[in-house]
Amino acid sequence: MSEDLSATTIRISGHRGDEIEAYLARPEGEAKRGGVVVIHHMPGFDRSTKEIARRFAELGYDAICPNLYWREAPGASPDDAAATARASGGVPDDRLVGDVGGAASHLRSLDTSNGKVGVIGYCSGGRQSVLAACNLGLDAAVDCYGAFVTGTPPEGFPLKVTNLVEQLPNLGCPLLGLFGADDQFPSPEQVKELEQILTEHGKQFEFHSYEGAGHAFFSPDRPSYNVAAANDGWERIATFFAEHLGS
Amino acid sequence: MCTYSTEKKNIDGSAKGPGGSWFQVREATVYFDHPVHAMATHTLNIDLADPTKGPSARVAVELTAASARSLIDAVQAALASVPPELSS
Repeated sequence: MSEDLSATTIRISGHRGDEIEAYLARPEGEAKRGGVVVIHHMPGFDRSTKEIARRFAELGYDAICPNLYWREAPGASPDDAAATARASGGVPDDRLVGDVGGAASHLRSLDTSNGKVGVIGYCSGGRQSVLAACNLGLDAAVDCYGAFVTGTPPEGFPLKVTNLVEQLPNLGCPLLGLFGADDQFPSPEQVKELEQILTEHGKQFEFHSYEGAGHAFFSPDRPSYNVAAANDGWERIATFFAEHLGS
Repeated sequence: MCTYSTEKKNIDGSAKGPGGSWFQVREATVYFDHPVHAMATHTLNIDLADPTKGPSARVAVELTAASARSLIDAVQAALASVPPELSS
């Protein structure tokens, strides 16, 4: 835990060397520590996501959040950028992996880095967190209610993304999954399917599903916020990252 | 959930946008997903925009599903209430 921290907006090298914006939050001091890449949710590179990055700095990590919509809408407000990116077709999976990889490299380049980097994402970012962990050398990943990691989309559903079932054998680090038992995307059945696949492939994982919680229970400014689930979830995240990203 | 679904149409008209200024709108994006502001988990969201003027040239609305259906009915009723030669 650190009482003092700094946070600033920087530029990093993302997918294919593209320069993108990122928000970097760091504890004060020179002590070696792990890093956390925070993947913002579909509504964008917004205040609540930056608050999450600062919370990880307060927990003692160098935390970075890449602006996934920088290319489509540099300098735009988060909601306008999200709308523009959506109208442009959204964030391709390969670009997401490249941007998270660039963010992880930036964290490892810091003089305080202990070489370990984890990733966390919420909602669409939950799926992207798993995607990144299947394609990059990371040390820990957290999936907060990401839909379409497993599961078959409803017939006729105008889905622009695929599930990650074929990539799950490549998951390269421990995975913490936090889900709402009342959520339908991912549903409890889809979470169970993910558990089964990870077990079959001998992957290390830890899942928690909260009774009475639905989707987006971590969002403090949304009606879906669930105090009990969010508080316990933060405790689980802190413990998980301390185990896997500590010196 | 994030639905990822997006419907997009080219349109022609005007909207009153940022700073209280009117601007021409060329594109409508419609999707049912998490709202930014409305107190609901999912809403029918409509962006009326002019992409040539940048991301902020946008008027956004977030409606509950029931409100969106009411709006569709109202639009259809308004169009049906005038002689066809006016609304063709």
